[in-house]
Amino acid sequence: MKLREIVKLLDAKVCIGEGRLDEDVEHAFASDLMSDVLTLKDTPMLITGLCNVQTIRTCDMATLDIIIIVRNKKVTEDMLELAEDNDMVILSCSYSMFKTCGLLYQAGIQPLF
Amino acid sequence: MHQEYTVIEGDFVNAGKASSSVKKTLKQMNVEPSKIKRVVVALYEAEVNAIAHAYGGKVLVDIDSDKIKMVVADKGPGIPDIALAMQEGYSTARPEVRDMGFGAGMGLPNMQKNVDKLNVISEVGVGTTVEMEVNF
Ligand SMILES: Nc1ncnc2c1ncn2[C@@H]1O[C@H](COP(=O)(O)OP(=O)(O)OP(=O)(O)O)[C@@H](O)[C@H]1O
Ligand SMILES: [Mg+2]
Repeated sequence: MKLREIVKLLDAKVCIGEGRLDEDVEHAFASDLMSDVLTLKDTPMLITGLCNVQTIRTCDMATLDIIIIVRNKKVTEDMLELAEDNDMVILSCSYSMFKTCGLLYQAGIQPLF
Repeated sequence: MHQEYTVIEGDFVNAGKASSSVKKTLKQMNVEPSKIKRVVVALYEAEVNAIAHAYGGKVLVDIDSDKIKMVVADKGPGIPDIALAMQEGYSTARPEVRDMGFGAGMGLPNMQKNVDKLNVISEVGVGTTVEMEVNF
């Protein structure tokens, strides 16, 4: 599924990464626990409610570069800066984690496990 | 190549600076991406531990053409029972640490999984040193 379609489906805001919206996404992982994100061998899109610099840094370390922040949490300037340095995409949507995951799953995005 | 970084207690904003810089260096050296990921994930876990559980410390990195050696040495309370700390799920993390998305007791086991050599040396009341090696 194209990122552009995901933005539409979730009625999301593109915080950064406008230039990558034609890329395809197949897999997603949802967690607020960065400890868990660090155990992934693959590099899925991340859906998370944890919205701070550590979220972005953890993704950088785990080489995940597409992040969906749920529940309209405020994406700060320092998060955007770090994301820009690493050519990441950050989408922000107002839906809950549950609804976001449900919509994406229904649309064919695959889980890792 | 030798690199040194300082980590400061509770400084979550800068947690990962060392790992991030190591990541850039290894990329420039054209190290295989899956290896880079193993190195930086393990180093980041150790860095976060020094910030979360100790009073900060030093990160020493030595890179040559066939391997990387990393040492994260902190001044801190030390780990009374290393075997227990290595168990998945064991954590004494404070609420502030959990608020940052850490404290699941997965870090040390994750380091073990990602590196070729792990050595944890700790003295209660003095500090902890984590030594890791990954072969390229
Ligand atoms: N540098 C350290 N100094 C003192 N205690 C430590 C140190 N590193 C680890 N520990 C102890 O070992 C426990 C387990 O560490 P581990 O990294 O596996 O999990 P965690 O840091 O609690 O959570 P996570 O890594 O999943 O975010 C810690 O909760 C802490 O009690
Ligand atoms: Mg840890």
